[in-house]
Amino acid sequence: MLERIDAAYKLLPGYLSQHVVLSACALGLGLLVGLPLAVLALRRPWLRWPVLAFASLVQTIPSLALLALFYPILLALSALAERVLGARFSALGFWPSLLALTLYSMLPIIRNVVTAIANLDPDLIEAANGVGMTSRQRLWRVELPLAAPMIMAGVRTAAVWVIGAATLSTPVGQTSLGNYIFAGLQIEDWTLVLFGCVVAAALAMFTDQMLGVIERGVAERRPIRVFAPLGVLLLGVAIAAASQLSAAGRGKPYMVGAKNFSEQYILSRLISDRLEARGAEVTRKAGLGSAVAFRALSQGELDVYVDYSGTIWANVLKRNDNPPREELLRELTGWLARERHVQLVGKLGFENAYALAMRRDRAEQLGIRSISDLAEHRGTLKYGGDFEFFARPEWHALQTQYELVPSDRKQYQSTFMYKAVADAEVDVISAFSSDGRIATYDLIVLDDPKQAIPPYDAVVLIPESRAQDPLLLSALRPLIDAIDIEQMRKANLQVDRSEDKQSPAAAAAWLARAIHVE
Amino acid sequence: MRGTGLAQVLMIQFDKVTKGYGNASSPALHEVSFEVQAGELVALVGGSGSGKTTTLKCINRLVEPDSGEIYLNGRSVRTQPGPALRRHVGYVFQGIGLFPHLSVAENIGITPRLLGWDRARIAARVEDLLDLVELPREFGARAPAALSGGQRQRVGVARALAAEPKVVLMDEPFGALDPLTRDTLGRAYRTLHEQMQLTTVLVTHDMVEALLIADRILVMQSGRLLANDTPERLLQSDNDPIVRELLDMPRKQAERLRTLFPVTRDSDA
Repeated sequence: MLERIDAAYKLLPGYLSQHVVLSACALGLGLLVGLPLAVLALRRPWLRWPVLAFASLVQTIPSLALLALFYPILLALSALAERVLGARFSALGFWPSLLALTLYSMLPIIRNVVTAIANLDPDLIEAANGVGMTSRQRLWRVELPLAAPMIMAGVRTAAVWVIGAATLSTPVGQTSLGNYIFAGLQIEDWTLVLFGCVVAAALAMFTDQMLGVIERGVAERRPIRVFAPLGVLLLGVAIAAASQLSAAGRGKPYMVGAKNFSEQYILSRLISDRLEARGAEVTRKAGLGSAVAFRALSQGELDVYVDYSGTIWANVLKRNDNPPREELLRELTGWLARERHVQLVGKLGFENAYALAMRRDRAEQLGIRSISDLAEHRGTLKYGGDFEFFARPEWHALQTQYELVPSDRKQYQSTFMYKAVADAEVDVISAFSSDGRIATYDLIVLDDPKQAIPPYDAVVLIPESRAQDPLLLSALRPLIDAIDIEQMRKANLQVDRSEDKQSPAAAAAWLARAIHVE
Repeated sequence: MRGTGLAQVLMIQFDKVTKGYGNASSPALHEVSFEVQAGELVALVGGSGSGKTTTLKCINRLVEPDSGEIYLNGRSVRTQPGPALRRHVGYVFQGIGLFPHLSVAENIGITPRLLGWDRARIAARVEDLLDLVELPREFGARAPAALSGGQRQRVGVARALAAEPKVVLMDEPFGALDPLTRDTLGRAYRTLHEQMQLTTVLVTHDMVEALLIADRILVMQSGRLLANDTPERLLQSDNDPIVRELLDMPRKQAERLRTLFPVTRDSDA
């Protein structure tokens, strides 16, 4: 327990400083855009409704969805920028997070400015006009000073929202305190989840308190009460930004990606350990969605990650035919190089296929051995999947080729999916063939006689721009064809089990020893 | 004109000023024409909705007329931007509208600041004005909230006079004050008006107030000017029924008071 807290604590400076910089930038930008927009809405009453309605609409979009939406938007913008200006920017990480959080911060700011100023005593407005103030002088000398306490209250609300929502920027590739939470959820390390929550909550509370002091200072017109806490906050942001800049000053690091499950955390660790052993700087972007990871790599925003042949075959190439393993791999390698400028360095040696799994006793009781047998139980069995599964082409292929009819479909975070089948909440789940928990929970993987699901060899992908990078290649080559399915299952289990749970780093170290590439 | 010996100079001139408010069937002002000479204190009297406040606010462009011309000191007000115009026209109204985030001195000095006076000149002017409106100088550092209603309106008057305007517009300035304070302030203002050779337009619904401090009274009803005369002549020749009605009450009050106080009319001072 203490070890895990210690391990989490070591990550804190990086996570916290990025979280702080992101939140501060979003809040600052929110103020910079929100204040003039609010003033414009006040001066032009016909604008008031659309502006407030838009800000409220943004607020109704779940923050995770808002962050996710900005990724494709920025990708398109980035492509446009490349065509027009000849330079592209990163659509992953900071920018989509910043824009989404900025939008998110604007409602409380705009609403409070408009309400505060619109509700000022009309006598004061008449007096301001009567003494000869212009509209702008009235704003700066009368309206803003008098509305300041309420505007500050809006800023406070916005700050707390932004700090909370910033934890959700992890899946779009922005490091934040959310990395603790997402990683902890995936590898079932509740210490890590709790650690992330506590730090994020403490940051939000501290900021809220400081802004609260500023709010009272503004209301009481005591400059010291305004500038002292403001100085503390700005100093914190400056320290965070400085630590970011010093990290950036050390040269462009290798970006190692990981999708959002244990095996990916372990493999990204394994790769980054090997890069670091060669003296390279490494930044890990963990917890990425499947499509996000592939896109980021093909745009050169990631330098390496592990994907699965069948996943790209079905999701990127949109193929639903099912050629033999080697042929698929050959065709995939050629296509990636041609169409996406992505180099497939090689396969790791094991397969992590989507598979349907059941509890052994339940399967025996129903006499089910293969997926074909499931067809005889149409409409009576409950299916569980991870968040992606039922939307993926693999499920579509299974469903049509075997005519599967679930009585119910439930989606789980993968940890809970295994628990659900073990507790007989569902009968069939979308397991991963390399998952250590198949053995732990005594599940059986159902045969796929019609080969509806393509092979899922774990493959290492790098962008063309890194194809000649000797350091990267020397780190990766010894891993090719080096990991067998049993070793991967054991490594996965070390992270996924609840007894004697290991961190992905420890499991990666174990795996490195097991395959003799230390 | 009472007590002043100024030559006749035209300070304010209304020429067929008409103003309608949105969907109201009758206009707020209907072809209102009148003149105010420099040094006069003119009262605009009438019931609510008579158009007296609208008339007043047309002078400093807080309200824009639909048609007609208003000349201030010979210049059409439409040729000057509103804020610049208002810095040279004092404005006092019932709501006072002292800025709560500024001290009394900062409130008084606001218009000179907008005009870019230097600090020393503003500070000196504020002290003079506190003396003029008979407030202790140490009040300058106080917040408006720390003052009584009468003291606050004294500050309001000082603020209106700060940039040395020739013309002062007052909209029910003492309406919210108790009768004693109201009378004191009314007379104090009349003295200031004469000392500083101001031209004042005062809106009031109180005929007694108008009769006691104005040189001339304009009676308004439904956006039209019904009467325009000195108090004495108005009392003698009230042929319009509405004007007569407005004058009836003060006249009867005066008669009742005369029976209560067996003294001559001129011994009140």
